Amino acid sequence: MLATFVLQINKQLNHHLETNSKPFDMVIGAKGSPLQLVLSSILHIDNPTGNISLNEVLKIGKNPLVKEIIPVSYGDNYKGYRILGTSHSYLAAYDATLQEGEIYNKPFEAVVGNYAAKKLNLQTGHTFESSHGLTKNGLETHNEKPFKVTGILKPTGSIIDHLIITNLESIWHVHEHHEEHTHLEEKDEQREITSLLVKFRNPIAALQLSRFINKKTTMQAAFPKFEIERLMGFLGIGFRAINSIAIVILLAAGLNIFINLIKTIRERKQELALLRTYGANTFQLVKLVFIESLFLSLFGTILGWFLGRISIWFFSVFTEDAYGYHFVFDAPTSKELLLVGAVVLTTFIAAILASLSIFKLNVSKILADA
Amino acid sequence: MIRTTSLRFTYQNTRAHTFDFPDIDLSPEQNALILGPSGIGKTTLLHLMAGLLTPKKGNVFIDNTCIQKLTRSQLDNFRGEHIGLIFQRAYFIKSLTLLENLRMREKLSKKTTDPLRRKRLIEQLELTEVRNKKVHELSEGQRQRLSVALGIIHKPTVILADEPTSNLDDERCARVISLLKKEAQICKSNLVMITHDQRVKSHFQKHIIL
Repeated sequence: MLATFVLQINKQLNHHLETNSKPFDMVIGAKGSPLQLVLSSILHIDNPTGNISLNEVLKIGKNPLVKEIIPVSYGDNYKGYRILGTSHSYLAAYDATLQEGEIYNKPFEAVVGNYAAKKLNLQTGHTFESSHGLTKNGLETHNEKPFKVTGILKPTGSIIDHLIITNLESIWHVHEHHEEHTHLEEKDEQREITSLLVKFRNPIAALQLSRFINKKTTMQAAFPKFEIERLMGFLGIGFRAINSIAIVILLAAGLNIFINLIKTIRERKQELALLRTYGANTFQLVKLVFIESLFLSLFGTILGWFLGRISIWFFSVFTEDAYGYHFVFDAPTSKELLLVGAVVLTTFIAAILASLSIFKLNVSKILADA
Repeated sequence: MIRTTSLRFTYQNTRAHTFDFPDIDLSPEQNALILGPSGIGKTTLLHLMAGLLTPKKGNVFIDNTCIQKLTRSQLDNFRGEHIGLIFQRAYFIKSLTLLENLRMREKLSKKTTDPLRRKRLIEQLELTEVRNKKVHELSEGQRQRLSVALGIIHKPTVILADEPTSNLDDERCARVISLLKKEAQICKSNLVMITHDQRVKSHFQKHIIL
């Protein structure tokens, strides 16, 4: 059970991280931890590292090696679901299409990811008020400027399902309201975004550009693929540890099956002896023990597999709310089938060892000991 | 028809115990009682006759087959078909009901099953009401009677009974003895019985005293 749980989580988590990060080659954001930047801007888990100037990053967009840039800006949420200000190309990057309604065009219009819409009970035409911060129960609510839902997105299986997406201006407007005394006039120069998602024409450009950004500017560039690999490397140690534990448990279980079989044979040796007097031969008795133990181990394996899947389901309910990751009830993978094979083989060996005692069954002695 | 010739058996434990048994030769349908004090080897003799033990010397012939010449699994098959054992202490397959135990016995004997015979035996042994009960739910007397039924259900050539009446009252004891004798007659079997039971002695003409 433990092993199937870990195998599945590992596989599905990898899959999720990959789908979420695949569309972008590089993230540019404020200086700080590159992992944090990737986690916050792409996976929408952590807090952002800070803000960067829009003007400065737009210069990067002019670089001929850059295929596409998508600015993202965020800092608000509605009941725990992040409101992301970005261009329409963000949606295109994840192949997100509308299920109903229209795309946002004006400030304070928004489209809602499928899962978020369901959870928040939002439909096209509804309005909602954002609150400051990225987590639920933000202290401040921007209640002066409600957002209007113009459309709901189809489920994509990526992080976008858990986001509320609007344009950049909406985010700026929400925050300008608070800071209107300071910079109303100079807003064009002072425009800030949280990070810039970049797609390149070729990978060499990525290296050049990242070196430039990290050295010559106040910003940093991070590669999602690299950072996520690093993250999985950290997690991998944990997964491996749990897997080793699972293997030890499996071995212990094998030993347990063996001991139990011997115990069963000992307890039931009278019945086995009786069957011999009824005309059953040793081979038939061995067959009986084999069928019984294989049945038990298969039943146990299937039960374990289901328990593993049910645990994943519970785990999924938790991660779906917390991180927007959801783990599905998946068909057995080849690794899991291998696991089943290992269990059956263990039982088989245990049954062979245990049934050796059947050959030495002293029918007369067992039945005469009254 | 069962015949033994100069059987000798030695137990391979700390104090080696050697038994020499008198020859037994029963013509078809002849019954015999084995008598003798405890520890003289009555059960050992019965198990030798059933092929559960291998004698050190001598042979057992059942229907002119020397069971010592059979291979292990041939002997198992032969035993299932030709020998009906009734034990001192009743043994059953615990997870099965009374009826299922009987059917299991019939099936393993590899003979054709006979539902009418099964039903008649159950009736005669007063087990009809409890036939669908698990064996652990049965009383001591019911178990002993089931044990008798299991020994004769498959029409064996030889019925070997080890004190089958020890837990029965006078009336049932007489009934079980007469049932065993009658069944032995119907199936043309030899009935060989060990007993301490004084009530049984008068029912048998041939006594083998060890």
